[in-house]
Amino acid sequence: MLSAFQSGTVFAESVADLDQYQLNMRKGVTDISADVYDLHMLMFIICVVIAVGVFGAMFYSILFHRKSRGAKPANFHESVKVEIAWTVIPFVILIVMAVPAAKTLIAMEDASEPDVTVLVTGSQWKWHYKYMDNDVEFYSRLATQADEISGKLDKGVNYLLEVDQPLVIPTDKRVRFLITSDDVIHSWWVPDFAIKQDANPGFINDAWAKVNEPGIYRGQCAELCGKDHGFMPVVVIAKEPAEYDKWIGERQAIQEKAKAEEQRLLAMNMSKDELMSNGQKIYTANCAACHMPNGEGLPGVFPALKGSNIALNDMAAHIDIVLNGKSGTAMAAFAKQLSMSELAAVITFERNAWGNDTDELVQAKDINAALNGQ
Amino acid sequence: MSTVTETLHHDDDHHEHHAPPSGIKRWLYTTNHKDIGTLYLWFAFIMFLTGGAMAMVIRAELFQPGLQIVEPHFFNQMTTVHGLIMVFGAVMPAFTGLANWLVPMMIGAPDMALPRMNNWSFWILPFAFLILLSSLFMDGGGPAFGWTFYAPLSTTYSGDSTALFVFSVHIMGISSIMGAINVIVTIFNMRAPGMTWMKMPLFVWTWLITAFLLIAVMPVLAGAVTMVLTDKFFGTSFFDAAGGGDPVMFQHIFWFFGHPEVYIMILPAFGIISQIVPTFSRKRLFGYSSMVYATASIALLSFIVWAHHMFTTGMPVFAEMFFMLATMLISVPTGVKVFNWVATMWRGSLSFEVPMLFALAFIVLFTIGGLSGLMLAITPVDFQYHDTYFVVAHFHYVLVTGAIFSIMAAVYYWLPKWTGKMFDIPLAKWHFWCSLVSVNVLFFPMHFVGLAGMPRRIPDYALQFADFNKWISLGGFAFGLSQLIFLVIIIKACRKQGEPVSDQVWEGAEGLEWEIPSPAPYHTFETPPVIK
Repeated sequence: MLSAFQSGTVFAESVADLDQYQLNMRKGVTDISADVYDLHMLMFIICVVIAVGVFGAMFYSILFHRKSRGAKPANFHESVKVEIAWTVIPFVILIVMAVPAAKTLIAMEDASEPDVTVLVTGSQWKWHYKYMDNDVEFYSRLATQADEISGKLDKGVNYLLEVDQPLVIPTDKRVRFLITSDDVIHSWWVPDFAIKQDANPGFINDAWAKVNEPGIYRGQCAELCGKDHGFMPVVVIAKEPAEYDKWIGERQAIQEKAKAEEQRLLAMNMSKDELMSNGQKIYTANCAACHMPNGEGLPGVFPALKGSNIALNDMAAHIDIVLNGKSGTAMAAFAKQLSMSELAAVITFERNAWGNDTDELVQAKDINAALNGQ
Repeated sequence: MSTVTETLHHDDDHHEHHAPPSGIKRWLYTTNHKDIGTLYLWFAFIMFLTGGAMAMVIRAELFQPGLQIVEPHFFNQMTTVHGLIMVFGAVMPAFTGLANWLVPMMIGAPDMALPRMNNWSFWILPFAFLILLSSLFMDGGGPAFGWTFYAPLSTTYSGDSTALFVFSVHIMGISSIMGAINVIVTIFNMRAPGMTWMKMPLFVWTWLITAFLLIAVMPVLAGAVTMVLTDKFFGTSFFDAAGGGDPVMFQHIFWFFGHPEVYIMILPAFGIISQIVPTFSRKRLFGYSSMVYATASIALLSFIVWAHHMFTTGMPVFAEMFFMLATMLISVPTGVKVFNWVATMWRGSLSFEVPMLFALAFIVLFTIGGLSGLMLAITPVDFQYHDTYFVVAHFHYVLVTGAIFSIMAAVYYWLPKWTGKMFDIPLAKWHFWCSLVSVNVLFFPMHFVGLAGMPRRIPDYALQFADFNKWISLGGFAFGLSQLIFLVIIIKACRKQGEPVSDQVWEGAEGLEWEIPSPAPYHTFETPPVIK
């Protein structure tokens, strides 16, 4: 276990909060999460007091009113006064609980007047973040390697709680999250913000956070969303506003550059080796969860690509299904998830891997043509 | 002459009618409430062991981080089928079995009111579960969307076996509804003279109210699965926003069934505990009428709290507030019950036979589950608890140490009446203490990992949850093995081993079932008793 902890990872600095024997909820880093924690403790203490009272009376009887001690049974079997008392007193306790709960609830649900808005979209099994005020968007996928999961490699400190591209938000600003889904219901959960909000396909939910401390905050998808539900973490980095502005500027520049690069690649033909090696990486990251690394799928749930008619013969249909998905099934549309050269590479890979030896290449310009309806 | 022959024939018929036929036909064709009760109880026990075996697979995979034993897709099938089997195959049929055995004996009736329907409602159940279990062997496996089968995971994104899942749930629902009709008709029409409503034993009262809940909500479940079927296979869009539907509507429909369902699984338990505690306290039940009213109020309130399972779906604040307050309200009548049991024990003359041990464990552990339920009702905090192991801890405390412990208490309490022999008491004490310790090692640390942030229904987890999960798994294996002791005790009892018991069996036991001989004859109360 210790050796696993020492192996280096990108976010090793947050090890300290991962207590092996953490017993309680975290207080979190927003005012709301602190209120929620206080409510939780209030409820917990009230429940413990009630339990001690009830179990105390019960164990008193068990110890002192036992037949083996010669106890003779009393005759009473009702008392209107007592029964009214233990109906009314719990009622009063409930009101004491309900008042602070209602206040916190109303504050939580008021997502108005945001400084920054992020659209969070769940899909099997990754999160997509889109900054509504800037031209920035990206997917955020599990960064833990398959070999760590299967036990071939030592597990890193943030095993299953690390992503390739974390969401970045500013501290001390009201950040509103608009949450939705592309396929099944997911649930976006960051315990340190006390936000857990379902991502419902076709509907948009909202939540908000004003983070008080810079740091890295980790969570997971909380609603069963299919096979890889357990492998869909959320990582949020909160930066000081100035650093956040710098980051978003850089990010915007990177995306513009990528777009220009994509246009440039349209004119070029890539070699088969290049397409295959890029394609394999993209396949592993995007397709292998369902169609399996060996292309054989899961019979009855996810179809095989190895030896399939579409992957061997009908290239137009192949490009179409990857770009646009297939309605009524779990097959998602990848046109907006991957760049044209990535799509070209992955389709080429699928047509030439695992014995699918069509020897046909797909280039970025073919994808462009398909996207333009040619 | 002819008259004489007729009389003789009549006598023959009479005998045939009274002695149970032997062999498999006795069980296939039986319309006797005691035989059917036995069938239900054995079926429930087999299902309990089957669902338990699946829990062992789950806990083996979760013993340490990483994927070792099963694939995530199979893991999801295990959690799904474990839940379905335990709810519909173990707890509900066990309570129906107890109702079959006990309701006629407690109200002085010769049998259930509708004996042939009784036979049918049992014999369709094994087929329902054969269909469900066989789906595990299909291409793509069985249902993998959780026992709550949220759309669209269960519609667009599910495997072909969903159709089998839907049909098996339909059959389970038909069986439950028929069982419930039988209980209601029996209690309304076949009470012995003088057995007025407010003289009925609490087990009968709680089952009567449960039966009404079943009739109210099982059709809702049937509707939900039918909509899943048509959405998946026939192009409807009840739960698909692209066709004008709403996936959250599924959850409203499901939990409108699902919340009363959890009371269906706990009200008969309240009845059992209310029978056992007075017997071993040698004192009348405290607050009989308030127990009846509390049961009825819990049943009514159970229809207006369903959306507390859905606080994170994005409901309006007003709705969240309403469901929070309504849910908190349920703790008042539930509290009354617990207080009444404690008051029954207060200044009694207590002894601790095996049924009482299970009943006491029930009161303590069910109350822990109830208190964590009260915490879950508080909407803002539920955002943190929802879909974590804290919830798993909560509902296993109320269902395992609640419903299942009450069933075990009931079996130990009435088994000597059924067989006429005392069960193996030392072994039963082993069963109790092993179960009590292991079940808490199993479920208590789940509160901690849940609060620390471990989501439910995941096959692999982050490293900080590793140590507690190891303990949880060890507790799970120990609890699973402890139930084999129970199996041995029951087999010995069915082979009629043990000391003969008196008619009353337990000093302090009161009620009609303790006035008939032990073992209870095949037919009882052919002439109704008169209750003063």
